[in-house]
Amino acid sequence: MIGGKYIEKKIRAPKAGGPAIIPFITAGYPNTEDFKQTLHEIAKKADVIEIGVPFSDPMADGVTIQRSSHLAIENGVTLTWIFDQLREIKLDTPIVLMSYLNPLYVFGMKELVEASIASGVDGFIVPDLPIEESKELNEQLMDAGLALIQLVTPATPLDRIELIANQSTGFIYAVTVKGVTGGEDALSADVTDYLKQVQEISRIPVCAGFGIREKSDVEMIADYIDGVIVGSAIVETIEKGNSPTEFLDQLKN
Amino acid sequence: MKNKDQNLLRALLDGELPDESGRFGSFGGQYAPETLMPALKKLEKNIKIFLNDEVFQEEFINELNSWAGRPTALTYASQLSKRWGVEVFLKREDLTHTGAHKINNALGQAMLAKKLGVKRIVAETGAGQHGVASAAACARLGLPCTVYMGAIDIERQAPNVDRMKQLGTEVISVMSGDQTLRAAIDEAFRDWVSDPENTHYIIGSVVGPHPFPYLVREMQSIIGKEARQQMLDVGENLPDAVFACVGGGSNAIGLFHAFLGDKEVELFGIEAGGRSDDLGENAATLASGKPGILHGTYSMLLHDDNGLIQETHSVSAGLDYPGVGPEHAFLQSINRVKYTSARDDEALELLREVCEHEGILPAIESSHAFVEARKWARGNQGKRILIGLSGRGDKDMPTLSKLMNE
Repeated sequence: MIGGKYIEKKIRAPKAGGPAIIPFITAGYPNTEDFKQTLHEIAKKADVIEIGVPFSDPMADGVTIQRSSHLAIENGVTLTWIFDQLREIKLDTPIVLMSYLNPLYVFGMKELVEASIASGVDGFIVPDLPIEESKELNEQLMDAGLALIQLVTPATPLDRIELIANQSTGFIYAVTVKGVTGGEDALSADVTDYLKQVQEISRIPVCAGFGIREKSDVEMIADYIDGVIVGSAIVETIEKGNSPTEFLDQLKN
Repeated sequence: MKNKDQNLLRALLDGELPDESGRFGSFGGQYAPETLMPALKKLEKNIKIFLNDEVFQEEFINELNSWAGRPTALTYASQLSKRWGVEVFLKREDLTHTGAHKINNALGQAMLAKKLGVKRIVAETGAGQHGVASAAACARLGLPCTVYMGAIDIERQAPNVDRMKQLGTEVISVMSGDQTLRAAIDEAFRDWVSDPENTHYIIGSVVGPHPFPYLVREMQSIIGKEARQQMLDVGENLPDAVFACVGGGSNAIGLFHAFLGDKEVELFGIEAGGRSDDLGENAATLASGKPGILHGTYSMLLHDDNGLIQETHSVSAGLDYPGVGPEHAFLQSINRVKYTSARDDEALELLREVCEHEGILPAIESSHAFVEARKWARGNQGKRILIGLSGRGDKDMPTLSKLMNE
């Protein structure tokens, strides 16, 4: 099993009970040597792994992921390098790539599908590709069974959430805050109402991300979602040289 | 022009482009984070209303005339004409309030934002001209304003930073990315994403996701409308060729638009050729770029084989940008406008020539247009040309003083 269906299955049956945990790491950060080892480590705890393809202009990202992207680029990390690394390992955890559109566009849509299949990538999250522009990529990925995970935000009107939900595969990425990734502010109290609405509309799993940093955040929304995406907080953990698996453990226990 | 290209130009002139998806041919679109999509759609709807609303248009024109100093003069450059052997006319956007064409767009968008009921304005700036224009327009309209500016630009355009602060605007130094215009745009978008309902982003050029390239063009097209009429009134005829510098491309689009339907008028956009033709040494996007996606739009772009955006270089902060407005990419693709580039040293040489012989200090940005104009004149003696003098060079004095003392 690959792609959207595989992602859905893993989120519906999390390794350590609900909600599913989806850690995000920037590829090749802080260094390229440990990348595969880090993935092996994280895969023990993660239900899906999200890998960030570094981009020079990460418009939707906060300072942490800006920093990690910048250094990963300096480390020579490219989409091609990421595919090469992934081809060399075998994980029993689905992998999605989070990338801005331009690196994917330059790589080529057809080539992207082929490389994904060959290296075990199951889907994509593209933060600057709203449904208005995603038709071409979505069709290419869908033909191969790969997922295009779409985002909804607290600013998205209900009728638009429905449109997006109908086109998303794998899961729906419910952004919990207005703003960029890695926010320090606590989740707002009405976030649960919003997540409940997304959950009611969606036929596929709903996973929440942006600004989820600690156990209390997970507890607050656990009843309303199928999974949580943790990005900046885990990048900062790895940055400090601390164990990402321990960090993931304490999110739920 | 081929038939196919002529049909596309016709569609543009008939107002059919940008189309419903915000595209000029294949260029443009709306590659924005989901958080911004409702705000972009709302803006799209309101633009349709207000740009066609006579009351709003009258208010806008009144403000442009009584506060911003329009219409700007058309100057016959008698000394340059003698030196170059062509009749040279200058469209004097340097004479506007705050000193560059940027005020047309900043004022128009701030007035629109006020109608939309937003609480605050964000803007980015490269040379500082758009920042100053936004700061002034916001002060005039009573809107709080935050301007993002790259740390490198803050240093090379210091006078404008203090001007913005004097006008009550908060200036935030951008230390991320390339620390110039591109990083400032990234940061302005990040700010806008955090409160799209109550904030309006006054983007400074014909770039960004739809409807910005269209909106900014509409705000700037007054330049060409005035200039075309002035050429007929003062010069008694249309020019044979029109020259304008291109960074993002707002003054050029503004100047060109009224002339697009005049087949006999050649149009030239001049980008920053920087130090050399090598990648990273210039900002000549249309001359040496490839199609790609940056800042919400599909256009020509300076990027590498991995899709990473290239660092650029230009002596002029306002042209130091790796992308370009999608409408320019379109006009290039249908062969209606020819795009060339001018080197740093050429632009500085022409800046001095204009200073010494016409008593006008042009911005370094605008000086790029004069480079191509002088070259063209050599092979077209006796003809008449119009040059877009997009801004004044007072802001460039720190750079110029440094060069004078070297």
